[in-house]
Amino acid sequence: MTSPFNFLAYEQPFFCEIMRIHDLKFLFFLLLFLVFLFTFSPAYPQNPVHLKAVDTPNDKGESITLALEGLSEDPAISEYEIWRATDMDENFQLVAKVSSKETTYIDTGVKDGIRYSYLLKYRKGADVLVSPITGPVISRGQWFHTQRVNVLLGVIISFIFILGFVRYAKKAKKLYIRPISGLQAIDDAIGRATEMGKPILYSAGLGKMDRVATMASMNILSSVAEKTAEYNTPLIFPNYDPVVMTTAQEVVKEACSRAGHPEAYHPDNIFFVTQSQFGYAAAVDGIMTRQLPATNMFLGTFEAEALILAETGNSIGAFQIAGTDSTIQLAFFIVACDYTLIGEELFVASGYLSQDKQVLGSIKGQDWLKVVIVFLILLGGVAGILGFNKIIEFFNVG
Amino acid sequence: MNIETLIATFLTLCIFSFLYKDNPFYKFAEHLLVGISVGYVLVMAVNTTLMPKLVNPVFKQGELGYIIPGILGIFMLLRFFPRYTWLSRISIALIIGAGAGVAIPATIQARLFSQMQASMKDFASIDGIIIFLGIASTLAYFFFSKEHKGWFGATAKMGTWFLMIFFGATFGYTVMSRISLLIGRMQFLLGDFLHIIK
Repeated sequence: MTSPFNFLAYEQPFFCEIMRIHDLKFLFFLLLFLVFLFTFSPAYPQNPVHLKAVDTPNDKGESITLALEGLSEDPAISEYEIWRATDMDENFQLVAKVSSKETTYIDTGVKDGIRYSYLLKYRKGADVLVSPITGPVISRGQWFHTQRVNVLLGVIISFIFILGFVRYAKKAKKLYIRPISGLQAIDDAIGRATEMGKPILYSAGLGKMDRVATMASMNILSSVAEKTAEYNTPLIFPNYDPVVMTTAQEVVKEACSRAGHPEAYHPDNIFFVTQSQFGYAAAVDGIMTRQLPATNMFLGTFEAEALILAETGNSIGAFQIAGTDSTIQLAFFIVACDYTLIGEELFVASGYLSQDKQVLGSIKGQDWLKVVIVFLILLGGVAGILGFNKIIEFFNVG
Repeated sequence: MNIETLIATFLTLCIFSFLYKDNPFYKFAEHLLVGISVGYVLVMAVNTTLMPKLVNPVFKQGELGYIIPGILGIFMLLRFFPRYTWLSRISIALIIGAGAGVAIPATIQARLFSQMQASMKDFASIDGIIIFLGIASTLAYFFFSKEHKGWFGATAKMGTWFLMIFFGATFGYTVMSRISLLIGRMQFLLGDFLHIIK
């Protein structure tokens, strides 16, 4: 009988030889041999570290998030190299080196719509190990941030409140808005300047046109400009931002026309100064001391220049009305000005001055939203104490 | 002493002279500051906005979509031509509309929801209750649809107390930072210029 191990000496291919064997003994020994082989064979180098690449969720695109998985705590490995290739260029390029403690890396050097593949290289002693290739993955921007559904809901509820009250306001005969002393003083301030034959200085501060405080300031400017046009009182408006200047010119021009005095509009009185904060402060201080306005109105966004302006205005004896949503600067305005519109009073001012039912309706809507906010805080707080945290979790913002 | 220190000292004293009254030295420093800052901002606008966000994408990368904001920018410049001034209103409307649109969800997210959540989390502590009373009473002060009389007036009055405590704290804090700025200038004058202190 031929020994089952003689097949190694045959010239025929291994598989052909196996097919000829029908001896069960041979199969048994083969099985035993394989078990021996796998049990006692030397350990080949394993590469458990690998990358997981996904398009970064809820972003505007041009970003791929890489998770480094299966990292070992081997002190011999100090850092990993992340390499990237595209379908168009299959040569892998080094993207970044991350420390062995990092588990994620966000690659922001990619473009949308291109297929990228990644691999990881690292040194372990003298060996350079390479992970399997991950990908391809494509970066894309998302239109909707799935973790901000609650914000969308908040916006919708706010809109329902405000639009509902605007609708109600249009039908109502009269809407009550409590008097705000700073706003009632605006008429007195304009009257004072008219009697003294001096100009009114208006400043919207450092805010640009995308700031809500600047928009509110423009609304107040409209009412102020209408009255100054009526009394033929000069209105000076030095600007920090050229777009605000352009908007202010349009607002004042329209207000003068509305007052029936288009000739009262002087575009040269609404001018750009500089976009340097303290350059602007120095220039407005100089204007104040040279032109001696009877009234200063600082309504908008202010920073560190707030006190410099208000103190100079105070030193020349000007009647001053200020208003801002910059909470830190409010304290300075309160001490240096005659009247200060605190935070939301600035936003209410335009509706109060114009008595525009649409604006008054939106103020009513905001008021009742405040009631809802207080109620929700109370509800969420009490529910949290009782161990029901769903309400608190609803306000998570990603 | 180098020339930079001399110039900086001279300009510092020119600005400080305003504490006495308006004078030609202050006027010189003021006009210099305004002029230099306008020139600087203009160069920065060209280098950080016009070139990388309009000229390079359109003319070097062929991304023609950037022409639209470019045209809106040109509309703003048409204010110099009275016949076409009205076109600038399109750009202004877009800026205001987009500004308000971006601000609303950002405000709800950052200022409203995160603060509401923080207030709810602290509810079980004394601090949390004080914070809630502060929020409720301050919002009562900013409630414009009802006259501040009776119990509602008392709540709003409590809100003004909270506001005044906040203003007092921020005033003290900010004054301290301004004093430190003054100290910095004094150290410059007495140290770098006069070498009286080290």
